[in-house]
Amino acid sequence: MIMAESMPFGSEGGMGDCEVAVVGGGPAGLAAATELARQGVDVLLLERNAEAGGIPRHCGHPPFGMREFGRVLRGPEYARRLVARAREAGVRVMTPASAVALLPGGELAVTSDAGAGRLRARAVLLATGVRETTRAGRLIGGTKPAGVMNTGALQGLVYLAGQVPFRRPVILGSELVSYSALLTCRHAGIRPVAMVEPGARPLAWRWSTLLPRVLGIPCHFDTRVEAVVGTNRVEAVVLHRAGRTWHQAADGLVVSGGFTPEASLLESSHLVVDPATGGPVVDAFGRCSDPAYFAAGNLLRPVETAGWSWSEGRAVARAMLQALRGGLPDPAAAIDLLAQGEALRYLMPQRLSPASEAGLQALQLRVRRPVSGTLSLQDAGRVLWQQRLAALPERRIVVPLALLRRAADAGGSSRVLRVCLDEPST
Amino acid sequence: MEAAREVLDGASKGNSGILHTGFDAPVGSLEARCVVEGREEYLAIRESLGLPLLRTGALVLAWDDEQAGRLPELLAQAHANGVLDASLLSATDARALEPGLAPGVCGAIRVPGEAVIDPWSAAHAYLLQALLNGASLWREAPLRAAHHQGDGWLLDTGAGPLRARMVVLCAGLHGDTVERMFWPEAGFGIRPRKGQFVVYDAPAARLARHILLPVPTAVTKGIVICRTAWGKLIVGPTAEEQDSRTEAATDPDTLRALMRRGERILPGLAGQRVIASYAGLRPATEHKDYCLRLDAGRGLLSIAGIRSTGLSAALGIARHAARLLGGEATPPATIVTPRMPCLAEDPDAPGEFSRDWVRPGHGGIVCHCEFVTRRELAAAMEGPLAAATLAGLKRRTRVTMGRCQGFNCLAEVAALSAGRLDPPVGSALRHGAAASGHDHG
Repeated sequence: MIMAESMPFGSEGGMGDCEVAVVGGGPAGLAAATELARQGVDVLLLERNAEAGGIPRHCGHPPFGMREFGRVLRGPEYARRLVARAREAGVRVMTPASAVALLPGGELAVTSDAGAGRLRARAVLLATGVRETTRAGRLIGGTKPAGVMNTGALQGLVYLAGQVPFRRPVILGSELVSYSALLTCRHAGIRPVAMVEPGARPLAWRWSTLLPRVLGIPCHFDTRVEAVVGTNRVEAVVLHRAGRTWHQAADGLVVSGGFTPEASLLESSHLVVDPATGGPVVDAFGRCSDPAYFAAGNLLRPVETAGWSWSEGRAVARAMLQALRGGLPDPAAAIDLLAQGEALRYLMPQRLSPASEAGLQALQLRVRRPVSGTLSLQDAGRVLWQQRLAALPERRIVVPLALLRRAADAGGSSRVLRVCLDEPST
Repeated sequence: MEAAREVLDGASKGNSGILHTGFDAPVGSLEARCVVEGREEYLAIRESLGLPLLRTGALVLAWDDEQAGRLPELLAQAHANGVLDASLLSATDARALEPGLAPGVCGAIRVPGEAVIDPWSAAHAYLLQALLNGASLWREAPLRAAHHQGDGWLLDTGAGPLRARMVVLCAGLHGDTVERMFWPEAGFGIRPRKGQFVVYDAPAARLARHILLPVPTAVTKGIVICRTAWGKLIVGPTAEEQDSRTEAATDPDTLRALMRRGERILPGLAGQRVIASYAGLRPATEHKDYCLRLDAGRGLLSIAGIRSTGLSAALGIARHAARLLGGEATPPATIVTPRMPCLAEDPDAPGEFSRDWVRPGHGGIVCHCEFVTRRELAAAMEGPLAAATLAGLKRRTRVTMGRCQGFNCLAEVAALSAGRLDPPVGSALRHGAAASGHDHG
């Protein structure tokens, strides 16, 4: 294995130093690293896979890159360009190198072919992205034949390993990634026999839901995957809808979507995790509970596009630059935002910081189910700001932080405000 | 001789990984004797083989007065089985040891010697040592017929004929059908008993240190909550009789019920991430004890009905078998002892086990959830006990067995294992099928 760069450890395998360490070489991490390096910061990026580029590396279809490169690219080309741009800016990209523990103050335990060691940075950006919920996480029963996998594994097999894992699978899910799985199948000459969604309607935008119709693939809504049948290979998938259970003949099952932040490093660390997003609690600068750590991209919340994550990486990089220069507002100046209302799945950032051109500019929200109601900012029951909200699950909902900040400033000096989603009682 | 392409592919693949003391075995049974002897030997040899041990201890928990009333009798049984350090605990003491326990514990027995091990590295180590010292392994060698000829046996196997002076049958879930090839009638019938398990991710393993056991009934040891050697937490097994000896399916309702059961014992389990579920088949019989049958004259020993203590008892059973067969064979002058790769993680003692990724030259981590390195994967596919299937590679390395179940690394595992595993990882081509995929005979 040839390392992209040599390990930054001393000759005794001791401590290495850098100004900023970026953990994760996907769109968010690469964008942030590039932005920082262009400002003269010494940036070391750790990518645990053999190549940097992140999930777009194995999304062999468009559209990627409009806002980053002004043209429509396929994922692998987009990933290559992001890596090349980072290297040109002076980022040291180290692969394969894994952070294995986050220690207080910006110290990382890492491992690479050189063995385990420590790395100290003035600031660390966590950009470890997301993964999909597994078959086990969805409690799908049955046997364990080969041919059940997430979209990520499918795309890796098809685009990176040149394999065809099945010919006639069922695709579970109707998020954007589920249609991405469909395109991957099409690329590999795989013909899905059905798309299955437990909810009443597709979770992705309407244009993508036309795709199975064009391809002549039946879609079943309000339908669960109960079990997998087969000894060595998948032979059928057991589906259930409204009291009826049937066997759908298939030789594979793609369990798509249900994203969750890749936050295992956080969970074993001192950093505060938000159970709602599954990512770190951050302020508007993407700053974590230990101010040496920042986060960007899909680690912050499931799930956004590559382009969104890339923008977020740049925005948080600007905040990190201010932090390095001593100009970032004190974390204590932020107000805690608490989500209220069962339909509100999460909000992010979880802390409202004083105004700045750096960092995140919008509050990002998601709902659990289709809702129509009022979104408000409240201080102990007093409404400081409100707007009508009609929203669907897995769709982006954003509120400019400037609006909330203005309302909070006018409202008084509370350190905790509630973001409430109220639905008219029927 | 193993019928499958891989060893440990039957009852042994769905184990709980507990090294039992034998405290609750029937007093005076063969099982009790083999568990005690087997455990002692494991403890004696494990360091030289590089096998892990998590000294968790166990608590047998009573949740009502009826169960609490049975604790003294169970304690007496433990003492009669030679587990003298087992002791009664008050509810307060039990909760002091395990603060995460739900309120409502009425009392407990503490068994300090119960421990957690890696169920697969142990068995691989025993076999690998045999292979390194002159034994050979026939894979894909299902037994078709056996003939006693002269002073030995002629075995007709899927991998060719085999002559042997002595034969030991350890056919697990097929114990009775195999025994019938050697005797007119089997001494027992296998009644496969399925056990489903739910596996929680690493944060859940910090919720309890001890193995948490219920007060056993006549039928089953009951639902256990226990850490795995790899730093996860399992809840299970169920006990469901079924006919199939090969297929162990999970079902969502049972998994949900197991999760609820777990949450009633350890409320902190609510909301913890489930990363896997599995079902194992125990080769239960109509008999409570192991079913051993010896025909010394024909050089034949059958070992069967090892229901749920096989991992703990294996080495004890082996000693017993050697005594029965009267084998006074001279051991080789030098015995080669393999050292197994360490895969264990102890959430209470990070650093206790030294994984491959801490040492230089590992080539990078491939499976990021379970910290499996390129070097470990390469090593597991080489040597006399090389992995032959993905399941075998998983048992040897834990690759793809973590929270992402291959989301990240399956493509790389496919590339690294190309030409080594059959069927190939991530390919729709069937085992043995040509690339053209057509077979018109």
